[in-house]
Amino acid sequence: MSDGCGAPEQTAVVTGEDTGDQVVVAGKVTGGEGALGGAYVRLLNADGEFAGEVQASPEGDFRFYAAPGEWKVRALHRSGNGEATVAAAGPGLHQVTIAVA
Amino acid sequence: MSREDVLVTTQWAEENLNTPGVVFAEVDEDTTAYEGGHIPGAVRIDWKTELQDPVRRDFVDKEGFEKLLSAKGIAGDDLVILYGGNNNWFAAYAYWYFKLYGHDKVKLLDGGRKKWELDGRDLVKEVPDRPATNYKASDQDLSLRAFRDEVVDAINTKNLVDVRSPDEFSGKLLAPAHLPQESAQRGGHIPSAVNVPWAQTANEDGTFKTADELKELYEDAGLDTSKATIAYCRIGERSSHTWFALHELMGLKDVKNYDGSWTEYGSLVGVPVETGSNGGK
Repeated sequence: MSDGCGAPEQTAVVTGEDTGDQVVVAGKVTGGEGALGGAYVRLLNADGEFAGEVQASPEGDFRFYAAPGEWKVRALHRSGNGEATVAAAGPGLHQVTIAVA
Repeated sequence: MSREDVLVTTQWAEENLNTPGVVFAEVDEDTTAYEGGHIPGAVRIDWKTELQDPVRRDFVDKEGFEKLLSAKGIAGDDLVILYGGNNNWFAAYAYWYFKLYGHDKVKLLDGGRKKWELDGRDLVKEVPDRPATNYKASDQDLSLRAFRDEVVDAINTKNLVDVRSPDEFSGKLLAPAHLPQESAQRGGHIPSAVNVPWAQTANEDGTFKTADELKELYEDAGLDTSKATIAYCRIGERSSHTWFALHELMGLKDVKNYDGSWTEYGSLVGVPVETGSNGGK
């Protein structure tokens, strides 16, 4: 198990990636000129309750290990904010893009 | 105690980067953030390798803390401004830890690294060279720290505040959602604990809510503020954040952080565990 609580390095998803029994909500933050790095990405459950936060990689990648359900991902960046929703039915990779404006 | 006694704003921080007697320290578990850029003049404290004993699951001892702060160039009368990533979780842990060892002149940067970045303020890579000091710490103030037996005894008698996310509280998740869900521990929470996730004490930009907002939050959650309170999470850093909210911002007198938290409690043999959501039995 992890003995810390900090987020692991945020890496890009690989199409067809095997997540085992993990429900992975992952994707990219984009801005006006493509991928936007360094945004703070928050995972909120269907009630809007905060579940987790990571800082996107320089390439805009983020990743959460969630549970099945409806999720909202919200990105905060000095250039603006953005959000998107994703439905994660079960284990596997659930991809979502967040456009920041 | 007012908010200004325990928190500084990012604006104050920027205006005091070169003030003599003020030392900025970034505290993180993953210190690569510091290497990529930090507040000008800030020293680095590694939560894992410098604040934790390398062998036992405990803090570095008093002598170890003295050695660490001496090497960082921090003096006993310096005002230390702590900040970090993860909404100041590890910085709040360090704040509690500094208080535990008797360093009173310590404040948190409200909003931490996130607020500083969202403000678009400068980060630098230059590592400061501070001359070593001869730091002297006090013995641990155990009125701030709870151990497992006291936590078991607190069931149904003291306030127990579980500050993890609702899904961790109920047992659905075993770790925060940014971490793989791998764990050998049982899921659930300590019986009689109320679930007030740490995130509810903070605004989206990482700054703390006001004392009045915090009072309303905990009263709505059913916390009897006349009773002693113990906060816990998974490994004790999110609950340091809540300890800060309860003890430093709301001014409650008897608040302890249980740093053993769920990774310890959820592995104890013979203790009661509850599952289900807030108020559920």
